[in-house]
Amino acid sequence: MMKVAWKKQAWTVAACFLVLCAAAYGAVPRMPHYRFENFTTANGLPNNHVYSVLVDGDRIWAGTDNGLGLYENGKWKTFTTKDGLAHRAVLSLALDKRTGDVWAGTMGGLSRISGGRIDTFTQLNSGLSNDVVYGVSIEGENVWVATAAGGCKLNIRTGQWSLFNERNTPMVEIWVYGVSATPTKVYYAVWGSGILEYDQKTKVWDKYEDPDGETEIVLFKDQGLIHEITSSVSFVDNVLWASTYFGDSRYDGRYWHNFLTKDSGLPSNFTNAVKGVDANRAWFCTDKGLAYYDGANWAVYRPSLTTHKPEMTVRDAEGHVTKVPVTTAPAHNYILNIDFQGSDIWVATAEGLSHGILEK
Amino acid sequence: MMRQTQVRLRAGIAGGLLSTAAVLFGVALWTGGPARAVMTGRTGEVLTYASPEELVLSTDGAKLFVLCQQSDEVRVLNAATYAEEKKIPVGHLPRGFSLSVDGARLFVTNTWDDTISVIDTKALSVVATWPVGAEPSSVVEDRAGKHLFVANRISSDVAVLNAQTGQEEKRLSAGRGASYITPSPDGSRLYVTHVYPNPTAFRTAPESEVTVIDAARAVVVDRIALRSIAGVFHVAVSADGRLAAVAELHPKNLVPLAHLEHGGAFEDTLTLFGADVGPKPVEVPLDELERYAARPFGVTITPDKSRMYVTSGGSQMLTVIDVPRLLRYAHLHPQPFVYDLSASANYVITRVAVGRDPRGVLLSHDGRTLLVANRLDDTISVIDTRSNKVASTVTLSGPKQISVLRHGEQTFYSAAQSFQGQIGCANCHIDSTFDGLNWDLEPDGFGRGIVDNRLLEDVKGTDPYKWNGGNPNLPTECGPRTERYFWRAENYDDLTLADLVTYIRSMPPRPNRWKLPGYELTAAEERGKEIFERKVDKFGNPIPEKNRCVYCHSGLKGTSQKSFDVGTKKPTDDSGLLDTPQLTNIALTAPYLHDGSAATLEEIWTIYNSEDKHGRTNDLTKDELNDLIEYLRTR
Repeated sequence: MMKVAWKKQAWTVAACFLVLCAAAYGAVPRMPHYRFENFTTANGLPNNHVYSVLVDGDRIWAGTDNGLGLYENGKWKTFTTKDGLAHRAVLSLALDKRTGDVWAGTMGGLSRISGGRIDTFTQLNSGLSNDVVYGVSIEGENVWVATAAGGCKLNIRTGQWSLFNERNTPMVEIWVYGVSATPTKVYYAVWGSGILEYDQKTKVWDKYEDPDGETEIVLFKDQGLIHEITSSVSFVDNVLWASTYFGDSRYDGRYWHNFLTKDSGLPSNFTNAVKGVDANRAWFCTDKGLAYYDGANWAVYRPSLTTHKPEMTVRDAEGHVTKVPVTTAPAHNYILNIDFQGSDIWVATAEGLSHGILEK
Repeated sequence: MMRQTQVRLRAGIAGGLLSTAAVLFGVALWTGGPARAVMTGRTGEVLTYASPEELVLSTDGAKLFVLCQQSDEVRVLNAATYAEEKKIPVGHLPRGFSLSVDGARLFVTNTWDDTISVIDTKALSVVATWPVGAEPSSVVEDRAGKHLFVANRISSDVAVLNAQTGQEEKRLSAGRGASYITPSPDGSRLYVTHVYPNPTAFRTAPESEVTVIDAARAVVVDRIALRSIAGVFHVAVSADGRLAAVAELHPKNLVPLAHLEHGGAFEDTLTLFGADVGPKPVEVPLDELERYAARPFGVTITPDKSRMYVTSGGSQMLTVIDVPRLLRYAHLHPQPFVYDLSASANYVITRVAVGRDPRGVLLSHDGRTLLVANRLDDTISVIDTRSNKVASTVTLSGPKQISVLRHGEQTFYSAAQSFQGQIGCANCHIDSTFDGLNWDLEPDGFGRGIVDNRLLEDVKGTDPYKWNGGNPNLPTECGPRTERYFWRAENYDDLTLADLVTYIRSMPPRPNRWKLPGYELTAAEERGKEIFERKVDKFGNPIPEKNRCVYCHSGLKGTSQKSFDVGTKKPTDDSGLLDTPQLTNIALTAPYLHDGSAATLEEIWTIYNSEDKHGRTNDLTKDELNDLIEYLRTR
């Protein structure tokens, strides 16, 4: 009788162990799976080097090295300098959701595409501080611009330009790579000068820098911006996401959190852009793949760095990395930009534009 | 009939020679207190004319609303008898008006107040006045009664307002000088036109557009290109929505005006678009050989799409068009045939003489009567659409005398003086301003002596005239020069010329929207003012007096009235010595420099001042140049 009871107990323990093991094995976090459809010049994209992408309802705008592409009703249309575009290389894009106008920052000025008409602002014909426009962001009736010679703002109602540089802000360098403007705060990513913050209410500038200076050695982790050489900024739900060429940062107004390859799922510290989904989730565009962070876990989408075959990896909060079998990947590892279309993503890469279709 | 009126008028004018001189003296003393020119009678009376601009029928067809531009009123007439029932004061210099969808409210745009007057159509009184953008010129409510769309001429945009509160929600970029809005019959689309051309490369044909707005989404969805067009007025859309017609000017500013006798100045045209026309718009001439339909403005299409009516302000006439024949001609003839002045004979049924400067045109609900607002006669022509004859002329209440200023204004807006009646002052000075074009005026060869068209308002006291300062005064400018180079016709008689000059001298500037009364300069504008007035450059070097901004652009109007060489002479110019232009409302008058080669104020210094002769500016940073421009906009 005792023997039978012991055997039963042993079987129960074994069963529980197996269940736990199975649970442990199945504990790979549920991260979004995408089927990627890639666009290149072969199927109508103006140029394979895509600097920026913008979702405009059912339309997709792609800022490439040789023209601005518009994908609509399954076809690509290309805008060039012949159509009035400021320059062939379109570095940044922004949508004015109120008017439907699209703003394009190029290597030769700022263009507004409105109902098919292109108006161009340059440093010669307008108050634009410099023709190399790395970033553009729309807030109300203001167009905030990041250029190679400081930031600036165009009020589209009054036509007034305001310039921001080392003379009227705490900016040390004037090479401004990115901008994120909201009704409360405006953030500039200044290459070599950290993050510049403008409080719309108090009209006061502030600055966030790497507490351990410009070095690539992180002495003070989670105590400030990860590095001075910032490449982009995204302010969502009162949380600041910042990318640099040496890691990334999240700042909630009180606490900083830094992301490095050694202690996160980031595939590379060299990050071209970050785009926050909300206060906890963000996408990171790195030179070694596209990364998604859901507040705890990471997923990386890319062609394998060695075999170039489609690859997806998931890293959970404890650091366990799991490979997930996939059949498609973004067009290239070198990711430059991303935008969202509902649950889908559009990804700008150095070798094409990718449409990530969420698989249910 | 018209000639008889002119004879009577001239007889009256001749009798008032002495009082004309008195008026001239009075006008010379006038310093622009009121914002609009005050009409002064030959007897010294202050006369205010109605100047009907637009017409609207009440929803039930019982009332006729008349927008009276100079008396700042909406007049309410019985639509059957045309008896005047009420005068409703509105804001200053109203230009456009329309009914709300339910007909309960009438919205009026007041161009110099930057407001909209909201009139209760039952109580016939203003119930609200809403502040809007710069120089609101047209207003339309969407079908849902949710939004009000307002075309702002100065800011070149369409403001989207909450139709109940007047609160502005956003602005949509339109063409330069956005002015007239027409909804499609189902209300889904709004067609917006503009009176100044959009910017184009120097010495290329002008371009304009019809901005198409999705009314429900309140966004711009298309822009219909109008090639070689500058000066676009009303649009009419047929009841079935398949045909639209745009009244417009087609300038020929790239060839010398000396070729007026070859039709070298303007064509008066319509652009047709819509399903009836095909995928591409078609431009059709209104003019005919030796007879021009100068300055087309108002246009309407009968509900059965059999007829189209177009007013021509400079020719004082209404053109009646057979629409099926027009469409047939357009389909059968490959574009462009706009220069073929024999074309119009194929679709123009008749021309009906109406009053001076006919503007708005309105069909009665049954389509049997057509009304035309004759702005400079204070009359409404009532036309029987079956006979195409003027059945009667309604005279609005007001002064019966023709004042000097009124006669001058009538002359300004008439094309009668020019060869074949092709053009008048108002062709290039739209609504007494400018046209945004550069012209090849002189008979000195193609492409030589290109000149930018300067702003006319506030021109008094800025003599000499012409960019080379060659005309010492306005009588010379408007007399021999205009007659010789522009009209290519006989001279004005002395009194007509005197009245024209008096009218032009009376034009005050529009309010400067960057410096309204009580406005204090911003920090940027103050910094710009310091640069404008500085005597030392940033390196501490004295700036020679003649190279300071404030030296040449001195005085209240910003001109020393002297000529200087500012280093902008082109190989096609005979001289680099140029008259100093006034700075009045300088922000509105692009392009810049004597030939219009600078597309923006910035380009004056970023491109065309390499030798620092147009003021010492090459020591300035971009911020400082922006400050200078901010200040200039307040002038």
